[in-house]
Amino acid sequence: MRRIKKIKSLKELEAVIEKETELRKSDTRAVLTVSAGTCGQARGSLKVIDSLKTAIKKGNLEDKVKIRVTGCHGFCEAEPNIIIHPHDLFYQKVDPKNGKDIIDQTILKNKVIDSLLFVDPNTGEKAAQESEISFYKKQKRLVLGDNALIDPTDIFDYLSIGGYRSLLKVLETMTPEEVIPAVKKSGLRGRGGAGFPTGTKWEIARKVKGDIKYIICNADEGDPGAYMDRSLLEGNPHRVLEGMIIGAFAIGATEGYVYVRDEYPLAVKNITLAINQARKIGLLGKKILGTKLNFDIHIAKGAGAFVCGEETALIASIEGRVGEPRQRPPFPAIKGLWGKPTTINNVETWGNVPIIIQKGAEWYSQIGTDGSKGTKIFSLVGKINNTGLVEVPMGITLREIIFDIGGGIPGEKAFKAVQTGGPSGGCLPAEMLDLPIDYESLTKAGSIMGSGGMIVMDEKTCMVDVAKYFLNFLRDESCGKCVSCREGTQRMWEIVKNISEGYGKEGDLELLEELAKIVKDASLCGLGQTASNPVLSTLRYFRDEYEAHIKEKRCPAGVCINLIRYVVIPEKCTGCLACKNACPQDAIRGVIRGVHLIEQNKCIKCGACLEACKFEAVETQREEAIRIVEGGTEK
Amino acid sequence: MITFKMNGLEVQAEEGWTVFETAKFYGLEIPHLCYNSGLSVYGGCRLCLVEIGEGPKAKLVSSCTYSVEEGLVVHTDTKRVIEARRMMIELMLSTAPYSKKIQDLASKFGVTQLRFKPRNEECVYCGLCVRMCDEQMNARAIGFQNRGYKRKISTPFDIKSEECRLCGGCIYICPACSLRCQGPQADTDVCNACLTLDPSCLEYYDELQCWMYDAGRCGTCVREKNEKDKARP
Repeated sequence: MRRIKKIKSLKELEAVIEKETELRKSDTRAVLTVSAGTCGQARGSLKVIDSLKTAIKKGNLEDKVKIRVTGCHGFCEAEPNIIIHPHDLFYQKVDPKNGKDIIDQTILKNKVIDSLLFVDPNTGEKAAQESEISFYKKQKRLVLGDNALIDPTDIFDYLSIGGYRSLLKVLETMTPEEVIPAVKKSGLRGRGGAGFPTGTKWEIARKVKGDIKYIICNADEGDPGAYMDRSLLEGNPHRVLEGMIIGAFAIGATEGYVYVRDEYPLAVKNITLAINQARKIGLLGKKILGTKLNFDIHIAKGAGAFVCGEETALIASIEGRVGEPRQRPPFPAIKGLWGKPTTINNVETWGNVPIIIQKGAEWYSQIGTDGSKGTKIFSLVGKINNTGLVEVPMGITLREIIFDIGGGIPGEKAFKAVQTGGPSGGCLPAEMLDLPIDYESLTKAGSIMGSGGMIVMDEKTCMVDVAKYFLNFLRDESCGKCVSCREGTQRMWEIVKNISEGYGKEGDLELLEELAKIVKDASLCGLGQTASNPVLSTLRYFRDEYEAHIKEKRCPAGVCINLIRYVVIPEKCTGCLACKNACPQDAIRGVIRGVHLIEQNKCIKCGACLEACKFEAVETQREEAIRIVEGGTEK
Repeated sequence: MITFKMNGLEVQAEEGWTVFETAKFYGLEIPHLCYNSGLSVYGGCRLCLVEIGEGPKAKLVSSCTYSVEEGLVVHTDTKRVIEARRMMIELMLSTAPYSKKIQDLASKFGVTQLRFKPRNEECVYCGLCVRMCDEQMNARAIGFQNRGYKRKISTPFDIKSEECRLCGGCIYICPACSLRCQGPQADTDVCNACLTLDPSCLEYYDELQCWMYDAGRCGTCVREKNEKDKARP
């Protein structure tokens, strides 16, 4: 990268931004944009980059082709993917072997490699460009969009797309008293889950008297299956920094922290690099750009406790104490880090701030619904065709996200439920598919917006099993301070586990419901107060499934292993031996072209035979009259 | 002075008081377990829950940690509070059924059934011993380990601590292990002997550890015992 020279005034910054934008425009080289976030790297994008580099070197094309290594673009299903400028070709699932072809065919001969194009799983049509792919069509990528344009490790790349222009605007033309109303007017609400109006939060923090004020970026994202904050920190750290500097200016803060979990090594690396570059170029430190603003940012690394995403626990963790929440009030805005006024916002919230400043509060507030403005990033995972990060305007329906953007459920299975808001969220059934997504309607339906996790489940998912999974997560992640949460989640897990193992009895559901309601009511922090949601929402919408487990000792989805057994259907079995070879326990007897038999005493119910069978000859059957339950629960 | 409403009464409190302290000042009893006036507040046992606010926005908070505010509306014994309190007792009882203090609480608040399988951990993780060791004994020999259901109280690395002077402060203050409920030997895990006219624990304790806090305040059990003694040859 180029040497970074300190910028000393606002005018100088403007000149640098203009120069970089000009440089970017005048660059006539072909650009290969390779996504290499954590997900891309896991699917081998680093090897792809190596092979591309080798091919470029061999062809002596260094001055004609440029590789831009970016963060995650959001389309995980297609990783590692490459966007080729000038044609904006979109290649998906690129293999290191393809590197040479891409250079030879596409770059040199302008030929499209057909096999690397995206194929729509529903229609079978091929798409050559991002804009033709259904995954991208309905999205509005305000925050995430720039991930595909910049190298996160290079501050000049960010400057070249007009980065830090919002900061420039704020420092040049606005006073803190003008910034806060703008954020307030935009209707931006906290993207971490609770949805507190950001402008109001800033206003409170501004009004509190204090010599030192802190701001914190909460990047302690711990929901299973959610990774939008990680992607933003990895792919566009300067956007977050810009938001934080604007926030510091508005609130009057002098120091900031980015609390990021250490399990995100790439995010830690990129944000550290970004802070160092920003410091070097003079965007952080004393007298920023010759103005009176003094502000610096530090990194605080979390050790991966889910509860540390709760703001008071997060503060305790930064201070070096055990990550346990405390009673609010006093709110952190009054008494936070080291007892000083502290403003905590989520990564995505900070990322939204530069857009609001740049495009204006009015423009921003036109996106979304009455109560929830702007866009929200969801991580769409589970039983869905197009896995990935989707950024959509608030008010879009679940159906649009799952079926239009997500491309529906793979394998012609039926949609059963979608779990929103992470472990503290709830499961919404197919009847709720037309629910517009905003903070209020999700809460009303018994779920939450949360940080934006969205786990799609098909008909082969057992809801009791899902509730058990989330309760297991929560009983592990509860800090253990208050009885209601520590014991409550443990006992709820025990009851649900018993039900899923066939030991459920009359009265279990009533007890579960009673306990869940009290845990919700009596707990100290947000974790405990929402810990019952997985239970309450599944009980609300899928009570019949619980009842089937308890009364008939049957798992309708065929998941809970104590309640099912695998059998071979003699009429369908062709005697191909596929299941026999797949069985890790040698539990299948049979000779070629003879009907197989599963020995139940050896079977561990792993399901390998079911997957191996091409003739649908293996099926799960409910276990009947095998266990006699005496006097209620055994465990 | 801060003025607010508690159970419909207008009360006054000093700045910095908690709801619990105010209630205590006015002679209003709020049950508690992890609170001790000599130690910092913790808010873990959730027994001192009170309902604040009115209407749909009313919520439960632990009164020992909640500072009083001007115009606050507090109710200490609504149905919601009592139900939550009972469940907390039931949950604690299921982890430490041999604790006399918790058995007494169960009797007092009418918890007559235990719907969870007892675990006999003899600890309810109220943290009194940890705070005692730190704040009163200045030793910091013990602390919490782990989180969630794996939480336990121990010395660092589970080895004998050099800071520990064997002062016994932790045992003195423990509500679960110091006083064993050895009276009942009942069939169920909930003793509830105090609810009968013939509490069996009288045979075992020199002093009456009555849940009425004041031996013989109601007079029932004392009379019963005396009559029994007289009847003996």
